[in-house]
Amino acid sequence: MNKLIVSPSPHDENYVKTTTIMLNVIIALLPALGVGIFMFGWRALTLTAVCIASCMIFEYGSRRLMKKTNTITDLSAVVTGIILAMNLPVTLPYWMAVIGCFVAIVIVKQLFGGLGQNFANPAITARIVLMVSFPGAMTNWIKAQDYDYDAVSSATPLVLESKGGDVPSYLDLFLGNTGGCLGETCALALLIGGLYLAARKIISLAAPVSFIGALALLTAISGGDPLYHILAGGVFLGAFFMATDYATTPITTKGKIVFGLGCGIITFVIRHFGSYPEGVSFSILLMNVLTPYIEQLTRTKVFGAKEAEKNEG
Amino acid sequence: MRKLNGIRLKHRKNTENSQTVEMPLPSKVRIPMSMHMGAPCQPLVKAGDMVTVGQKIGETDVPFSVPVHSGVSGKVTAVTDYRTAMGAVCKAVEIETDGLQTVSEEVKQPAVTDKESFIKAVRESGSCGLGGAGFPTHIKLNPKQQIDTLIINAAECEPYITADYREMIECPDDIIGGINLVKSMLGIKMAKLAIEANKPEAIKNFTEMAKNDDTIDIVTLPSSYPQGAEKVIIYNSTGRIVKEGELPADQGVIVINISTVGFLYRYFQTGMPLVTRRLTVDGNAVGEPKNVRVVIGTSFREVMEFCKTDMESVKKLIGGGPMMGMSIPDVDMPVVKTSNALLAIKTYDERKTSACIRCGRCVRVCPMGLMPADIDRAYKIKNIEELKTLKVMLCMNCGSCTYVCPANRKLAETNQLAKALIPRK
Repeated sequence: MNKLIVSPSPHDENYVKTTTIMLNVIIALLPALGVGIFMFGWRALTLTAVCIASCMIFEYGSRRLMKKTNTITDLSAVVTGIILAMNLPVTLPYWMAVIGCFVAIVIVKQLFGGLGQNFANPAITARIVLMVSFPGAMTNWIKAQDYDYDAVSSATPLVLESKGGDVPSYLDLFLGNTGGCLGETCALALLIGGLYLAARKIISLAAPVSFIGALALLTAISGGDPLYHILAGGVFLGAFFMATDYATTPITTKGKIVFGLGCGIITFVIRHFGSYPEGVSFSILLMNVLTPYIEQLTRTKVFGAKEAEKNEG
Repeated sequence: MRKLNGIRLKHRKNTENSQTVEMPLPSKVRIPMSMHMGAPCQPLVKAGDMVTVGQKIGETDVPFSVPVHSGVSGKVTAVTDYRTAMGAVCKAVEIETDGLQTVSEEVKQPAVTDKESFIKAVRESGSCGLGGAGFPTHIKLNPKQQIDTLIINAAECEPYITADYREMIECPDDIIGGINLVKSMLGIKMAKLAIEANKPEAIKNFTEMAKNDDTIDIVTLPSSYPQGAEKVIIYNSTGRIVKEGELPADQGVIVINISTVGFLYRYFQTGMPLVTRRLTVDGNAVGEPKNVRVVIGTSFREVMEFCKTDMESVKKLIGGGPMMGMSIPDVDMPVVKTSNALLAIKTYDERKTSACIRCGRCVRVCPMGLMPADIDRAYKIKNIEELKTLKVMLCMNCGSCTYVCPANRKLAETNQLAKALIPRK
């Protein structure tokens, strides 16, 4: 007879593993990515492939360099690569995308301890770094279904609105038939992905709903068009895939609601009062920074706990 | 009413329809002097003594403890040191059976006149909680507080185990008798028999039996784990919250396991103390999973062989359920009073732990509303103040957090280690 294994209870385990979760997120991103490829051509696919590959190489390399266990198989680097690619204009030079991946994986994620330890969303931070470093290339939009990467740049729906241009219809916004980052334009595909994750209990809808709700409400109060503002720009991508990131948002439902409301408010403030047409990335990054404080204030109520005794001294 | 969190587990109640089988008398038994919470007993016999069935072989002066009896007649071959599954060392009495099963003269129906004599007799029965924890019954039934409700714990929420269920199906009259006995002796007005929804036949039977008795209420518990945890079952059947540092009796409640109630009834009829018990034998290494009635002290090896277990393939033995049961280090350890199940598992892989991804699953499932992920972090840096704020002492080690963790973090285990850091007042 073998030697018996002795270990503390429980002796049974769930089959949902970190890799399973990441795989589900990848599946949920595929519809929006597919629409991106359809709207902006094959370069959308190659740009995404470059991002995935460089994220994985940076993940592998940095873990190796730091002599830590390799985590490449958990697929989190793949998720970061796809989300970052979806936050980029399709015309962005590949080398710039690689810099973005370096920022996301090495600086934001691994230097802070790797998966689950980073305080800011890697893809969002990378997008912001690219935006302030290469403002021209990062706002070089092409028309949807035009597939002409040398064409004179078009504008995103939000720029068109703020400059009083010819704005796209709700249907075009919903289906993604507008200019913009390659994965952010199609609200429908992002919604499908988000609902899939919610149905699989991978994400909670608390943050996306409060994010989108707060933005719509404030836009309506200020006299803007709430539907236009939630469909345009990166709201759905941000709300369903970045404001629900495990590592950088609060754990409890109460905390997630506060986080979502904060994102909605900041996005509104930037769009309404700022000179900058888009505000989703900055709002999520700012709320990432606030997350530890939100967590402190939104802990669960422990069953039957007595009020904490007054701290002596 | 806010429902307490819980998780859905595969029930795996493979043995629910198998009639309890008497196990043949083993050639020898080894009876530990500590099979329950509280002080271990001192052996009353020595090598060479002859013992009979029901004879007291271990006793102690400590009130928070119960005596130990022999379940066989035969000759004491040795009194040895024995290490329990909890790691404590006590004495164990080894007896070679003579096959006659002569019943001791000590076994006679206890004379009960009042509460005091009842409690005394309960202690003499050697009874402790048969659900797994082994709390001495006479202490539980004798609180200082005023009790108005007796809760009978028939949740049996752990996968595999059906020992309590078989008690309900095979001995329903003993259970009702036991409930009425405890109620009348302790002057408790109301009894609530709380059964998890996955046992519809038991719920139906008892509802029928108690339909003309408005002092016995059948409560159907939702089918989620851990319904049988004391604080959870109290809340879900009475709405009362046992607060931090309180005992159930502070809320006017006693919770007692259903098999314990059935045993008490039989003891007050016959005077035969706790010397046998029903246990579920299951797991994927067991050829014929079933419920067996075993003399306490029989080795797990014999029980497993009786149930046609593929002994070579067993990688892990669990005494109790897969969620809260204890690993058994040695196949020759004996069945004790608290053994409600024996699971022999052949497919157990050591799990690799990876980093916490802060998914929050542990927080969502904790029935106590704790935050295991935060406790894990506070434990790592030994932040005792933070651990106190996070109320780690309220963890009951149900294991739900570890079970759901996608990173395989041993959160429940960490909670127990964290508890040890907090100085006791």
